[in-house]
Amino acid sequence: MSLKGKRILIAKPGLDGHDVGAKIIALALRDAGAEVIYTGLRKSPEYIAQAAIDEDVDAVGLSILSGSHKELVEEIVKCLRESEADDIPLFVGGTIPSEDYAVLKQAGVRGVFSADMKVEEVLAAIDQELA
Amino acid sequence: MSNSKNTHQNNDPGLPRPETLSGIEIPAVMTPEMVGAKAPELPGQYPFTRGIFPNGYRGRLWTIRQYSGFGTAEETNERYKFLLNQGQTGLSVALDLPTQCGYDPIDPMARPEIGKVGVSLSNLAEAEILFDGIDLSSISTSFTINGSAPMIYAMYLAVADKRGVPRDKLTGTIQNDILKEYVARGTWIFPVRPSMRLIADTILFSNEETPRFNPISIAGAHVRDAGVTAVEEMGFTLANGIAYVDELLRRGGDINKFARRLSFFFYVHMDFFEEVCKFRAGRRIWARLLKERYGVTDEKALRFRFGVVCGGSSLQAAQPYNNIVRVGIENMAAVLGGAQSIFTCAYDEAFQIPTETSAEIALRTQQVVAYESGISKTVDPLGGSYYVEWLTDRMDEEISKVIKEIDDYGGAEKAIEEGYLQRRIAERASARKKSIDSGEQVVVGENYFRHDDEKKDFGEVFRLNPEVAKRVTEKYNAIMESRDNATVKRTLARLEQAATSDNENLLPYLVDCCHAYATVGEMVGRLKRQWGEFQEPVGL
Repeated sequence: MSLKGKRILIAKPGLDGHDVGAKIIALALRDAGAEVIYTGLRKSPEYIAQAAIDEDVDAVGLSILSGSHKELVEEIVKCLRESEADDIPLFVGGTIPSEDYAVLKQAGVRGVFSADMKVEEVLAAIDQELA
Repeated sequence: MSNSKNTHQNNDPGLPRPETLSGIEIPAVMTPEMVGAKAPELPGQYPFTRGIFPNGYRGRLWTIRQYSGFGTAEETNERYKFLLNQGQTGLSVALDLPTQCGYDPIDPMARPEIGKVGVSLSNLAEAEILFDGIDLSSISTSFTINGSAPMIYAMYLAVADKRGVPRDKLTGTIQNDILKEYVARGTWIFPVRPSMRLIADTILFSNEETPRFNPISIAGAHVRDAGVTAVEEMGFTLANGIAYVDELLRRGGDINKFARRLSFFFYVHMDFFEEVCKFRAGRRIWARLLKERYGVTDEKALRFRFGVVCGGSSLQAAQPYNNIVRVGIENMAAVLGGAQSIFTCAYDEAFQIPTETSAEIALRTQQVVAYESGISKTVDPLGGSYYVEWLTDRMDEEISKVIKEIDDYGGAEKAIEEGYLQRRIAERASARKKSIDSGEQVVVGENYFRHDDEKKDFGEVFRLNPEVAKRVTEKYNAIMESRDNATVKRTLARLEQAATSDNENLLPYLVDCCHAYATVGEMVGRLKRQWGEFQEPVGL
């Protein structure tokens, strides 16, 4: 895997407080050799976009389980675009109904992951996108 | 959906491992010697292993309480009336995240989340709509609310006051358990110290004003769902219980009185006997702690009362109808463990807000267990089983070790402020995920026995009305116009003043604010100005 040395921001946008998925992925990425920055809960789209730029990350992983993924992802993409940083790959995990996968990808998300995926599958998908 | 190519295609998980999900090794055959000589114990007597009431469910069945709430107060009120008509015996209010985190609908943080995971309840006008046509003196209402629990409780009192329902007639529960929010559920607002004070205020006020109301439900459910074992769920929860008891004593409470109204809340997952014994052991440990550590003398104060939710992360999005069976088994474990109230998850809850059909099946499951299965006809029917008594003792030992671990760390408050518990839970969650990914823990339909043509979307899907945010915001703006803003300003100022010191109970001030139609965001905002916000330790 080429995740070694990659800088990845794991972020919790919005008010959703379920952080286990985010932490499981963050720990797994770290074990795979990536440098992981975790934002903690309740971050605004502006904060996340700025953190991605300031930390000069190779990718951003968003964890959303509240059903607000469409609105939040749209906002974050908009913020990144305004700072001409929309080339940073975005990934989304959480409880995303399958009919919304296409919507998120349309908005620029490079991968959408569900809780029933194996952690290694998630990492492999990120790895492939970043290669 | 994961690609099934590299999962366990052979569909042979082998024989079940001879240990519980918490890792307690199970002997092949149990004998009387393994249980040892024990003094005969009766239900309703200390230490309450067999139950808190002498007659179990023969005097009163558990409360059947389904969690629901979504969108606007009007829509949720309709769902409540439907559920009550179907024979549900208590309401359980799900609130949206802005309400839970103390943001008004017009706040930029709130906008994407209005009405999504529960109903939006920003002020008294919304609460009046939510409970329209529902008799508050005869129904018990449970609110899953924590960071803003004191405000929502104050609002409920204000509705009752306005309708002329005497406060001492009110029954129900507010979760009001902030400690587990910091570690697993995330709807914290203030730092730990002032939060503990506010919770103690709520409990002490409620003991006097609404003596039949449960002002706290100390919850293990969320850490469990996050990934910890049954042993840790009970251990962490009782450790949090100790922290609340200590704070209540610091605020001058009488433990023989307030301990009567402490209640608990847990998940029931799939390891049937471990779940039953978790509750038998928990009941015994809590009674022992109160008696031996705190010198409680009142028998009623020693009773460990708890509600449960069956399902949660034990349910799967793959082959969702299997969840109906899982919930049925978990429902029976809850009854055999002696739960006071039970909520059964709908089979589609793993991936969406339940539809009317799935919500009805969840309710019918409880009714089948209650009225057809026969398991509630004698008290603690599993009592005396070699295995159940042995496992109860083993769970007691293991849970007590977890409590000691937290005690040795310096208590739950410290363990949470320093992020110790958060890290511990994250590690355990990773371990559980690994064990499912590797196939070590079998999940039918998920990591074994999959269909090749797996299809997640099926049948009926609940659709949230897309107009919700707009309607909620319009109503909010209307109330801001119509209320008496001078009174709002005065009540909020008095609340803020009272929060500057530890001298007074804040609840009467909050009730005044609610009567004036002050909003949750306004009340929280004033307290934030005095107390600041929780700074989450984010180290992994």
